[in-house]
Amino acid sequence: MRMRTMELSVGAFMIAGFAALAFLAIRVSGLSIDTAEETYRVTANFENIGGLTVRAKVTMAGVVIGRVSDIYLDKDDYVAVVEMDIFNKYDNLSIDSTASILTAGVLGEKYIGIMVGAEEEFLVDGDEIDDTQSALVLEDLVSKFLFNSVAEDE
Amino acid sequence: MIERVRRVGSQGVQFLESFGASGLFLFHSLWAWPRASSFPLLVRQIYSVGVLSLIIIVVSGLFIGMVLALQGYNILTRYGSEQALGQLVSLTLLRELGPVVASLLFAGRAGSALTAEIGLMKATEQLASMEMIGVDPLRRIVSPRLWAGFICLPLLALIFSTVGIWGAQLVGVDWLGVYDGSFWANMQDSVEFREDVLNGIIKSMVFAVAVTWIAVFQGYDTVPTSEGISRATTRTVVYASLAVLGLDFILTAVMFGDL
Repeated sequence: MRMRTMELSVGAFMIAGFAALAFLAIRVSGLSIDTAEETYRVTANFENIGGLTVRAKVTMAGVVIGRVSDIYLDKDDYVAVVEMDIFNKYDNLSIDSTASILTAGVLGEKYIGIMVGAEEEFLVDGDEIDDTQSALVLEDLVSKFLFNSVAEDE
Repeated sequence: MIERVRRVGSQGVQFLESFGASGLFLFHSLWAWPRASSFPLLVRQIYSVGVLSLIIIVVSGLFIGMVLALQGYNILTRYGSEQALGQLVSLTLLRELGPVVASLLFAGRAGSALTAEIGLMKATEQLASMEMIGVDPLRRIVSPRLWAGFICLPLLALIFSTVGIWGAQLVGVDWLGVYDGSFWANMQDSVEFREDVLNGIIKSMVFAVAVTWIAVFQGYDTVPTSEGISRATTRTVVYASLAVLGLDFILTAVMFGDL
């Protein structure tokens, strides 16, 4: 009998440990989100990505519709190429959609916002979004502002 | 002067010798494992090493999570970003506090008990009499304890982190009023399974080997007197804690740092 309670409690302990692992995987790191959905790939060229990272959100109207899967520099044109995986259920983005790099809050993370265009044709796997808007870089803004005020003075 | 050099040298040799002895000891006991008949021994050890440590792990995990939430909230509200509380608490617990604090508690709670138990067996010549009747004490006594430690500590660290996050949720969301959705969403955005959870598990596995190895070897290597046992127990806790903290820095540098 004594041995049996011991075995029971050891079993309960092991199950508690693995339940903790499952909790950490699913609830804390949100593991299921990025593996379950089927996606198609779209690229976009930006002049400046200003701190956008891989795995950043791709949103439309504030709703997450995909993730950034890769970022690299185009060696010929010197622009940043951003590859995005868009969930298959959002397959009706028109080909003249606009992609812009936005910031969540003042100091928040960077993400990509897509605004839908007017064309009847839709983006498919491997397409490129032509109309892009780079990230706002604070230093550029400040220098623009300074140049303008100097120009006005003269 | 010459005398001092001589003493440093002999200490170095002694250290090397005991390190080599403990390495051989670990190798022999792990080698002695594979027997289906020793499974009940393992269950008994998991009970005394893991299940009995559960209470202290759960209680300290809960309070550490609650304190983290309270402190984090006070600082984060100053910048108006208290939604980041989930991120702060979960990353702290998964990457550092979970494995480290669980291992320190484990060294104090289970490691010292292992040392004292094996040391007393040696002092009362139980180990020697086992050898006399042809039972290998490494297989019968040491190996199940080592394996029980290796199995239990990662599980305990996982339970520690989980309970800590739950405690932070309790304080942050239920008492201080952080918005529930952004608490979890921020956490899920920033925590990556491979980067954070798996690295935490690897850390706790390394600590498990270090702590259990030190505890069991100190017991096996003890001077068989009551004073020797008390010294060995103290040494276990001190060495194991230092080893955990030192290893933690190295592992963190390899996993997360760009050193």
